[in-house]
Amino acid sequence: MKFETPAGINPIDQLKVVGKPADRIEGPLKTTGSARYAYEYHGEVTNAAYGYILGSAISKGSITRIDQSVAKAAPGVLAIVTAENAGPLQTGKFYVSRFLAGPQIDHYHQAVAVVVAETFEQARYAASLLKVGYKKSKGSFDLEALKDSAQQPAPSQFGPPPQTLTGDFEGAFKTAQVTLDEIYTTPDQAHAMMEPHATIAKWEGDKLTCWCSIQQMNWGVRDLANILGIPKENVRLIASYIGGGFGGKGTVLADLVAASLAARAVGRPVKLALQRPLMFNNTIHRPKTIQRIRIGADRDGRITAIGHESWSGNLPGGRTEPATASTRLLYAGANRLTRLKLAVLDLAEGNAMRSPGEAPGMMALEIAMDEMAEKLNIDPVAFRIKNDTQEDPEKPGRKFSTRKLIECLQTGAEKFGWEKRQTKPGSIQEGQWLIGMGVASAIRGAPIAKSAARVRLDKSGSITVETDMTDIGTGSYTIIGQTAAEMMGVGLDQVTVRIGDSSFPESPGSGGQWGAASSTSGVYAACVKLREAVANQLGLDVEKAQFSDGKVSADDRSFALGDAAKSGDLIAQDEITYGELSKEFAQTTFGAHFVEVAVHAYTFEIRVRRMVAVCHAGRILNPKTARSQVIGAMTMGVGAALMEEMVVDKNVGFFVNHDLAGYEVPVHADIPYQEVVLLEDIDPTMSPMKAQGIGELGLCGVAAAIANAVYNATGVRVRDYPVTLDKILKNKV
Amino acid sequence: MKPFTYERVETPAQAAAAAGKPGAKFLAGGTNLLDLMKLQIETPTHLIDIGRIGLDRIQPTIDGGLRIGAMVRNTDLAADERVRADYAILSRALLAGASGQLRNKATTAGNLLQRTRCPYFYDTNQPCNKRSPGSGCSAIAGFSRQLAVIGCSDTCIATHPSDMAVAMMALDAIVETVKPDGKTRQIPISEFYWLPGKTPHLETTLEKNELITAVVLPAPVGGIHVYHKVRDRASYAFALVSVGAILFKDGSGKIAVGGVAPKPWRNTSAEKLIRSGAKEFTSKLMEGARPTGENAFKLTLVERTIDGTLKENRS
Repeated sequence: MKFETPAGINPIDQLKVVGKPADRIEGPLKTTGSARYAYEYHGEVTNAAYGYILGSAISKGSITRIDQSVAKAAPGVLAIVTAENAGPLQTGKFYVSRFLAGPQIDHYHQAVAVVVAETFEQARYAASLLKVGYKKSKGSFDLEALKDSAQQPAPSQFGPPPQTLTGDFEGAFKTAQVTLDEIYTTPDQAHAMMEPHATIAKWEGDKLTCWCSIQQMNWGVRDLANILGIPKENVRLIASYIGGGFGGKGTVLADLVAASLAARAVGRPVKLALQRPLMFNNTIHRPKTIQRIRIGADRDGRITAIGHESWSGNLPGGRTEPATASTRLLYAGANRLTRLKLAVLDLAEGNAMRSPGEAPGMMALEIAMDEMAEKLNIDPVAFRIKNDTQEDPEKPGRKFSTRKLIECLQTGAEKFGWEKRQTKPGSIQEGQWLIGMGVASAIRGAPIAKSAARVRLDKSGSITVETDMTDIGTGSYTIIGQTAAEMMGVGLDQVTVRIGDSSFPESPGSGGQWGAASSTSGVYAACVKLREAVANQLGLDVEKAQFSDGKVSADDRSFALGDAAKSGDLIAQDEITYGELSKEFAQTTFGAHFVEVAVHAYTFEIRVRRMVAVCHAGRILNPKTARSQVIGAMTMGVGAALMEEMVVDKNVGFFVNHDLAGYEVPVHADIPYQEVVLLEDIDPTMSPMKAQGIGELGLCGVAAAIANAVYNATGVRVRDYPVTLDKILKNKV
Repeated sequence: MKPFTYERVETPAQAAAAAGKPGAKFLAGGTNLLDLMKLQIETPTHLIDIGRIGLDRIQPTIDGGLRIGAMVRNTDLAADERVRADYAILSRALLAGASGQLRNKATTAGNLLQRTRCPYFYDTNQPCNKRSPGSGCSAIAGFSRQLAVIGCSDTCIATHPSDMAVAMMALDAIVETVKPDGKTRQIPISEFYWLPGKTPHLETTLEKNELITAVVLPAPVGGIHVYHKVRDRASYAFALVSVGAILFKDGSGKIAVGGVAPKPWRNTSAEKLIRSGAKEFTSKLMEGARPTGENAFKLTLVERTIDGTLKENRS
């Protein structure tokens, strides 16, 4: 099915199942501990050996020797895989990391060897017995020091162009009546998902099956085949359940490569999970940014010039953190500039983390907007509303498919009680706590991609859906089931959803906030075909056929749905592809975040007291799972605002706080009452589902709303995240 | 983890006897030791599991105090009615520490014996004088925001992580032990910890395989009991600074501070200045501090936390 013109009325619009707050269909499996994750396929793999990665002890340089004699003789050891005996390895097509060091070391904890043994404990102990000789060389670890020599990167498949210029930014900024020119920084951040990267790899001849934990099956197959130099057809990946990803498991990382090599070396299956420290220094992370924002406005508060520049660093060839993306579309202003610069760093690879670019970009931009509102003496909500735009500010005439930023801000302000906010910082105190309120807009692109699915009807009237979409805790199982149930006129309990297997029809997987809209549209397309097959089988006119309550009816004739499969299951498969609507319209999700914080008047401890988010993201397929996505994102925003930072030791060249004791993410006690308002709407330009993603929108702007609330409470403007008490102390005392 | 042998003992006497084995260590709650063994920072070759040794009761002493068995779990100690009524600082400190699961496992003696913390101590690729004497300290010129500002040395700036021990320090607790030869002794908590000096791998004055049997609290002293733990997140984080205070109506008090030193930090002679206010008291308490650029804020933070605590409880 090719989707080329905005969707009209279709069976989804009945909203008998779609749009309902159905419980997660896999929920009972998860709450009873019986959903199986990558490391837990004990039935399928009975004789697995255990792999353990030894990470490099240095950050840059080379391996001079690896003395394996003691390790090899240790109890239970089966094999030791290093660059010497692994055979040629390529890199994947999305990450630039090399998954086995040698002779060069590119970054700290890059895999130096994979030890395989009969038990996990034996493999871990033997790894400690390897004697690795290193030759250190000087590395670069300090983005600040490299800022001035950073280069303009090549255009990327993802993210905005490295530079965009509209009108005359420099001229307009110079002559603006009120201006702001500030530098903001966001630190390196870890995904810190609960489940570590883990794989069980099993070879049967030249066929490789991996039970793993990755978000995009199609990229995973492509990359693993490319890395190992084997045909894609020989690779099968299975990830039925994923214990959190947040972009940190996009495609193949060291666990998949190491387990595959180890399994080949020992001639039996190997299971391997990354130890927690390797998740910080061996895999990928959201890289640090330095951002300069300039805004010029007239005295009435109309933006005349807006400029956003961002610097980040990466391994050679790595991606740029596209922090300028949101600034291109969020506010009006005739004269505009965005610019990205990239430095080479010898830290682990920077890459996608939930809302790449937009999350850190909004952390800076939305503080700048708060500062600008104060300079203009305008309420921060009113200032944002005043600078709303109903067309792409870089391409006047190009409309948004839907844009309700103003309604998000107004609805949120009312729910939150924004009118109680005092303009003068430090005006409200309760006991020893200073109270402050902050706001930020939210914006996140709504990409959609081709997606395929297969649906099967059996004689009992049950439907089985298969697609290689993944569920990383988001609710994919449930919304896919709801889509098929709606299309085929059955209850959700009549649908079996099978996902997370690369042998199923290809979806774009979970990433970029595209998963929900894309994968359900693929299921829609397959169900359209299945409806045709049912009608044909029963001799009904498909145009007139009604699929409802387990029956299919037309022209006074009615059948049980299962009757169409009496003589054998009916199977239909299709893929949805897209025309030019995403070029014609700016397809984007919007929102607003309101936060109240309390800051201790003596210690400046910061605690979030209330949060309200309003989100506008097309049709909401399931308000329960959508809300869960948003409150999870708001929680992540609290972490980004107040505590999350991978600290770089610039002498050694690594992230020091590489465990969950050192890298703090919010705990329950940090999270207060969270209210989420989902604006009801549809976006017919997206797909027949008329839905957009929401999982990343919920994060964009949260941290800035908190930083703005801290300013409102204390009068201290912290522009370097995370906003911690020592930074307030420094300015107060 | 280095291979090791394991035995379970049933009585303190058996424990003392077993302790003579080479490379032996006692295993109680295991919340710190097992983590460190997995990382091969601790490498005992023999574990003596004292989980069934008894010593798990809280009993009144003839002086009107409490004798807390070494194996009393942190959860049980925090919830004990006598502790909550007469030693609230201890209950509050315990509940500010770790998580519910950890407090269920962690014991009174084990809590006192947590290794001082530093991220470089936990990474065996990095030099660390505590883990590997003489190898150097990575933290002093590295990431030190969490680390000690006083009582530390040129060789080590690791911090004592315990909240419970801060309360024990303010309460003048006494640690009771038995040695492998059966001899017992009583160690005032103020004499229980070494400062790192040139030997940061030595953290307590316990002799090799000396077993803690109990911690004794003197008779209740009354007063208002406060524990204010300052940290970036609201729970399950080590203190940047914590203040354990027992404040009396006459303006005097007992104050110990956590998160700033290789041991719970207290200076009884400085306590004469509590009546003069936080500034005077803190400047005496923190005399001789030697912070890094990254953690100098803790000195201001200690003073302000104490100031807030005094004002809140005296108004």
